[in-house]
Amino acid sequence: MTQGLSDLDTGPGPLSHQLDTVELAARTPDLEQPYSELGLKSDEYARIRDILGRRPTTAELAMYSVMWSEHCSYKSSKVHLRRFGDLPRSEALLVGIGENAGVVDVGDGYAVTFKVESHNHPSYVEPYQGAATGVGGIVRDILTMGARPVAVMDSLRFGPADAPDTARVVPGVVAGVGGYGNCLGLPNIGGELLFDACYAGNPLVNALCVGVMRHEDVRLAKAEGVGNKVVLFGARTGGDGIGGVSVLASETFDEEGPAKRPSVQVGDPFTEKLLIEACLEIFREDLVTGIQDLGGAGLSCATSELASAGTGGMHVDLDAVPLRDSTLTPAEILMSESQERMCAIVEPGKVDAFLAVCRRWGVLATVIGEVTDGDRLTVDWHGERIVDVPPRTVAHEGPVYDRPMQRPADLDDLQADDPAALPRPVTPEELAAHWLAVVASPDGADKTWVTEQYDRYVRGNTVLAQPDDAGVVRIDEETSRGIALALDGNGRYARLDPYTGAQLNLAEAYRNVAVSGARPLAVTNCLNFGSPEEPEVMWQFAEAVRGLADACRDLGLPVTGGNVSLYNQTGDVAINPTPVIGVLGVHEDVRTRVPTGWRTPGETVLLLGVTRPEFGGSAWASVVHGHLGGRPPAVDLPAEKALGELLAALGREGLVTSAHDLADGGLAQALAESALRYGTGARLTLDGDVFTALFSESAARVVVTTTDPEAVRATAEWAGVLVTELGTTGGDGPDAVLAVDGVAELPLAELRAAWSATLPALFGTPEATVGSVPAGTVPTS
Amino acid sequence: MRIGVITFPGSLDDVDATRAVRLAGAEPVALWHDDHDLKDVDAIVLPGGFSYGDYLRAGAIAARAPLMQDVVDRARQGMPVLGICNGFQVLCEAGLLPGALTRNGHLHFRNRDQALRIERADTAWTQDYEAGQRIVVPVKNGEGRYVAAPADLDRVEGEGRVAVRYVEGNPNGSMRDIAGVTSENGRVVGLMPHPEHAVEDLTGPSTDGLGFFTSVLKAVVSA
Repeated sequence: MTQGLSDLDTGPGPLSHQLDTVELAARTPDLEQPYSELGLKSDEYARIRDILGRRPTTAELAMYSVMWSEHCSYKSSKVHLRRFGDLPRSEALLVGIGENAGVVDVGDGYAVTFKVESHNHPSYVEPYQGAATGVGGIVRDILTMGARPVAVMDSLRFGPADAPDTARVVPGVVAGVGGYGNCLGLPNIGGELLFDACYAGNPLVNALCVGVMRHEDVRLAKAEGVGNKVVLFGARTGGDGIGGVSVLASETFDEEGPAKRPSVQVGDPFTEKLLIEACLEIFREDLVTGIQDLGGAGLSCATSELASAGTGGMHVDLDAVPLRDSTLTPAEILMSESQERMCAIVEPGKVDAFLAVCRRWGVLATVIGEVTDGDRLTVDWHGERIVDVPPRTVAHEGPVYDRPMQRPADLDDLQADDPAALPRPVTPEELAAHWLAVVASPDGADKTWVTEQYDRYVRGNTVLAQPDDAGVVRIDEETSRGIALALDGNGRYARLDPYTGAQLNLAEAYRNVAVSGARPLAVTNCLNFGSPEEPEVMWQFAEAVRGLADACRDLGLPVTGGNVSLYNQTGDVAINPTPVIGVLGVHEDVRTRVPTGWRTPGETVLLLGVTRPEFGGSAWASVVHGHLGGRPPAVDLPAEKALGELLAALGREGLVTSAHDLADGGLAQALAESALRYGTGARLTLDGDVFTALFSESAARVVVTTTDPEAVRATAEWAGVLVTELGTTGGDGPDAVLAVDGVAELPLAELRAAWSATLPALFGTPEATVGSVPAGTVPTS
Repeated sequence: MRIGVITFPGSLDDVDATRAVRLAGAEPVALWHDDHDLKDVDAIVLPGGFSYGDYLRAGAIAARAPLMQDVVDRARQGMPVLGICNGFQVLCEAGLLPGALTRNGHLHFRNRDQALRIERADTAWTQDYEAGQRIVVPVKNGEGRYVAAPADLDRVEGEGRVAVRYVEGNPNGSMRDIAGVTSENGRVVGLMPHPEHAVEDLTGPSTDGLGFFTSVLKAVVSA
């Protein structure tokens, strides 16, 4: 696709007389332009001509094409996302939707910014670099707000675990998330790893970053003050990732299409680490008036957004941009998505100090332009004007589509296919076999193979991390104030009913934060869907947004921002709608956090919440029967809220020793994980139908342990939450068992073997190679 | 008591090492790779991380930083120096400790809580432990496999310079389960595991790592 650009523009050198300037564009209105190769529709191209009153130059066309891409402009999703903006104003929200990331007040003068973003298509094309730069991009978004990034999370979905292509993608993605985050010094505190045939050919790689700052340190992306300098700093600009947003992120993969690898960016986490430290020093010394990171759409995005959000005028001299490849054309420089770059607006009197900080950290920094009077963004190349546009039309006034929607034709049949009709396990042997099958399934299995590749300790503030339900990070060592975060996104529920599914995902993330003892405070999201040009996909999207907005209103939580990833399909098969929801909570004192696992024998195991026979979209139906049908579990937001308040009270009073959320795999999964966490078993009795008790996925439920069941009961009665006693924790030695009357006495050793063997068996057993490497011949010093 | 913590470009666990020094009761002093200024510190910690992005070889570029000339000079005069993870790699590259750290045998970065045995409880950084004591601290590295030529390994073992050994599993394929080594005079210690991540019950798997930082307080006083 860069062919179309190179036809006209050439790089520096004797052929530069062919440069497509504003003046030339005015003289040659009928020149054919490759707008459709750049992903623009003909009416969009016509609108650009309308705005400019002439044809766009090649460089302008490049800018509009990337900025008006689905990825950057949200043109198909905007009309629906307004629901989030319409939520009641939350007192906790310091900066709302529209900036790089929302900012939330977490008390004591601290502000937290967090956001989750997709890097799905790049991760399929080039798993390591795609995932790595996904982490890099979201970290820069958080940094741009003025915050120090303090932790990351990753939510990963792949095709069938045993498919050959999954084995290609998984190790690269995991190594990429780890390689980048580890080298940046950010602890990975949790996430998801799930497998489903619908993600074959279109894995989902969603990365979250959270940052912390003081209220007064919040920075915004706007260019103000005529005469202020535009400084580009960080890595040099190269030819990588050109058109990443318009080609990779905004179109459906075509199985017979050409290789897209050149559109994937290449990451350098070392440079990003230096960029982080330099930025934080620049913020501390108050050297910038506005700042923006260069992510999707690169310089086109940063300059037009900064100018558009400010007073409007900006001039950039593109010759000043430091290049890795001197043959790049100006349009390519404007579109390049080379990583680890930032753009700052600096007062002239502070430029020297700014450059000195960058020098100290070994970060390249260059003045490339300045804020100007008026409302035009102009760009020069070799002394000639190649861009002259109103920046708002590039950044904020792109096309908006209210696309046709239609309820999927197969939904009635799908919902009618109730899993109640599936054969159920009856004998103790059958029940135990199904239990083990769910726990050892790729979705239920131990995630250590993945999380051992991530640093969870760096910075020394990680209080809880995977496999705990929420990641918990201390943000103040004096007061022990901290935050909790969880990410959840069940695509099966959303396939059966996107409205309810989105609410269930929110409810689960809310519950995961609450079980740690935190008070849920704010919501972010990454909405992964198929092609918006399919009315059925658009309906799923609209329903999910409506469900999420309604649930946020009921729970009293603001949506602080988010990310939309569309065109997640290969050919005409869309992924299950997958709204991944992140919830942020606050801990007044992280020392009162509640872990998920059982540690001490002799404690009472209690189930909080009501269990109904709900198996639609359940792990049991999927794992045992390969079935997806019926309706997802019912949502009861008042019950979630009551449960959340109860958990906060129990945590504060120190009345529970552990708490674990019930979600995929229901009680069966939660019991196994609680026992395996620290190797402590239990003897339990399940009332009523044992199958329903074990495998139902009714929401608003948590299993807790306590040494004071009467106090828990009393508190639960106050909160209006049903309490059911299940039994007592037991032995913790090699003979420990997880025993359920009438089902099984599962030795923990056997349970652990099944649970922990799955992922290494699928994706390689590191142990097999340890020590087998030939003795080194490296000389000693 | 002033203990310096060096920050190289790409150092990550400098904030953790600083905290550990403080919790041990000493005054942490930030040192900058590009200065020739040790700021009158009594001992030095080279923290973990990815100095210079592990480019060339892990620790190779940092070992040639301006401040490292001062560190090598003072270490040869007996100043206690502790290298953790990337800091260990830097000390090997700087010639202060024998051996080298290479890519983990299984080729993955690995982070886990690791059992170790203290082999030498008489170095500047381990005297608060008992010889043979088992401790649990995090290990996290991609290039932590300790290697040396067989004759050199025999010499290191023979001179009793293995300070810490992996037990109950070797996380990276290190030869002879070596997790850390010491200089002949016991003043310089390098290890791949991270004692600075095991100094608080709230955030670590144990507080077993604190002993490294309390040990050096006595070492400095008695020197």
